[in-house]
Amino acid sequence: MSAAIEVDGLVKHYGTLAAVDGIRFSVPSGTVFAFLGPIGAGKTTTTEILEGLRRRTSGEVRVLGLDPWTEGTELHRRIGVIPQDFRFFDKITPKEAIEYYRALFGTKVDPKVLLEQVALADKINSRYDTLSGGQKQKFGLALALTNDPEICFLDEPTTGLDPQARRAIWAVIRNLKREGRTVFLTTHYLEEAELLADQVAIIDHGKIIAAGSPAEIIEAHGQPARMSVEGSPALAEYLRMNLGAAAVVEDGKVSVSLSDKGDALKVLTAIEASGLPWTSFTTTKDTLEDVFVRLVGQMDEGALKSQGAP
Amino acid sequence: MRLRNIAADFRIVSRTYFRNPVALFFSLIFPIILISMFGLIFSSTGGGTVTLVVLNEDHNSHDSVAFLAALNSTHVVTVQVVSVSTQNFSSYLGQNDQPTGLVIPDGFQSDLTNRTPVNLTLYTDPEDASSAGIAEGAVQGVAAYFNLQAVCGQASCAPVVGYNTANVGSQVYKYIDYLIPGLIGFAILTSPMFSMVDIASSYRKDGIFRELSLTPITRAEWLTSRILWYVALTFVTSGIMIGAGVLLFGAHVTLTAGLIPFLVVGPFFFVSLGMLAGSVAKTPESAALIGNIITFPMMFLSGTFFQVSSMPAGLQAFARILPLYYVIDGMNQVMLYSNTLRAFTDLLVVLLGSIVVFLLAIRLFKWRDE
Repeated sequence: MSAAIEVDGLVKHYGTLAAVDGIRFSVPSGTVFAFLGPIGAGKTTTTEILEGLRRRTSGEVRVLGLDPWTEGTELHRRIGVIPQDFRFFDKITPKEAIEYYRALFGTKVDPKVLLEQVALADKINSRYDTLSGGQKQKFGLALALTNDPEICFLDEPTTGLDPQARRAIWAVIRNLKREGRTVFLTTHYLEEAELLADQVAIIDHGKIIAAGSPAEIIEAHGQPARMSVEGSPALAEYLRMNLGAAAVVEDGKVSVSLSDKGDALKVLTAIEASGLPWTSFTTTKDTLEDVFVRLVGQMDEGALKSQGAP
Repeated sequence: MRLRNIAADFRIVSRTYFRNPVALFFSLIFPIILISMFGLIFSSTGGGTVTLVVLNEDHNSHDSVAFLAALNSTHVVTVQVVSVSTQNFSSYLGQNDQPTGLVIPDGFQSDLTNRTPVNLTLYTDPEDASSAGIAEGAVQGVAAYFNLQAVCGQASCAPVVGYNTANVGSQVYKYIDYLIPGLIGFAILTSPMFSMVDIASSYRKDGIFRELSLTPITRAEWLTSRILWYVALTFVTSGIMIGAGVLLFGAHVTLTAGLIPFLVVGPFFFVSLGMLAGSVAKTPESAALIGNIITFPMMFLSGTFFQVSSMPAGLQAFARILPLYYVIDGMNQVMLYSNTLRAFTDLLVVLLGSIVVFLLAIRLFKWRDE
């Protein structure tokens, strides 16, 4: 699978601050790539460099084989971008906006078809300033598709939307992937990345701190799965003595780490064999969000230490 | 530059504009308000005493002296009799900075006695419409009094004393005649300047330039579409102003093709200047400040409401460095004086300035960041 985006040693300085500090990643064509990180981590700067909207300080960047800064005009014909908080001319309708972009790009797309694709056909003649937040994002999404792009850059497309509107955007993203387009997604919602992305990269303080598929990242950086039952400290003690397992008690729940699937059966058998009272067992596993919070937290601690903080 | 892109953007601008009631008000209604307001203010006969310079060619005849005494008794004019030749009277008034003058012709008394119609000549300065109105009111009133009382003795009698008007200087122009090119200039300046300064900063802040930078439209195409829009708007606004001036105040304007280049080059200059001012500013607030600093002196000192020639020498010199001065002066030359050569020179100054400002605006206005 060829790479739609290739980044190697990318650096961006604002004065003395390294907003992006030598990052490296690639995005295979036709996949959904989620670029995650806390606010101020370097996400937007990186995305804007890839979109050809910002000049890099150094490093190699290729998007569809083009240099985004020097070959931006050609690149913009082949990509679609929805910025964070999409804004457009207040008095213009989605139909008029698509006709405008259609004329600029010289394409023949039908506004109605495009708006149906993003579930906004019912607002085809509504002016931008009368649309809700979710409808505005869909408007932006439709506009970004006017030139039939090979890569769609979606910068926090669901921020501030209600759950229903968010799910509608997710459906559009899945559809984009089905159509063979590459999607470069930045988001604050880890659940969104886990659901949609084939590949994820987490950036913090300008550096990539984890990369891979969501499952790979959880596997590499997450804690083992845990089984929990509601039980007494005596039960925890019994499990420690008989299984040698690290059993902890918290809020009336006894939790035991599971290193593989078979452990679950062993733990459950031991609990039953203890003769001690217990109820409702659950198994839990780290999500991408758990891993993200932990990794970013570790980075922050490191950063604080390096600054000499207590 | 691709016409298709310019046309596509032009459609968007015009739709945005037509759906904005405030913009429509300032383009279509405000010109009428402006012209009515200034027309009424400066065409009205306000209070105050005006010196009326008189050339009495009837050799101080009894009736002419009585006429002048009647004028003095109105207390709105003070008669000052001078002795110069008739041919030089107009230029005498101009040289001595006198806004009003009256010539009583030779034979005034005998015409009055014989009830032969006789016309006085009232000279006024269109730049000083207020004095002109006062003097005209006084002359009109005294002439009516003479017609009724001194000559006829009854109300139904045909008038004998009348008056013609002439200009201090040579031609007959009214304040409204100068006001129309001035206010067209005012519209050419203010509408694009205020809009473009705002657009330059707010589109950048809202990310709309960023949106556009991701499409094939170039900055030059985008700016050209705005210029074309303001050219179209200027034609409409000018038509409204000329129409209102002629219909409401009987303005005298010559509509020639020579006016067209100014209605094109004027917006070309000020759309580019507005964009340039908005581009160098860091925030919408500083953009508005820069826009105001550029716009306000030009608004009042370029011959919009008052003729530059009526201003003190220092301000006149300052006016000549203001681009709007050349737009308005050029329009005065084609609409009033038919002075093609001077109009062409004015046009050339504005055109060259426009090209420089357009290129600078294109260079300095960025829609993506470094």
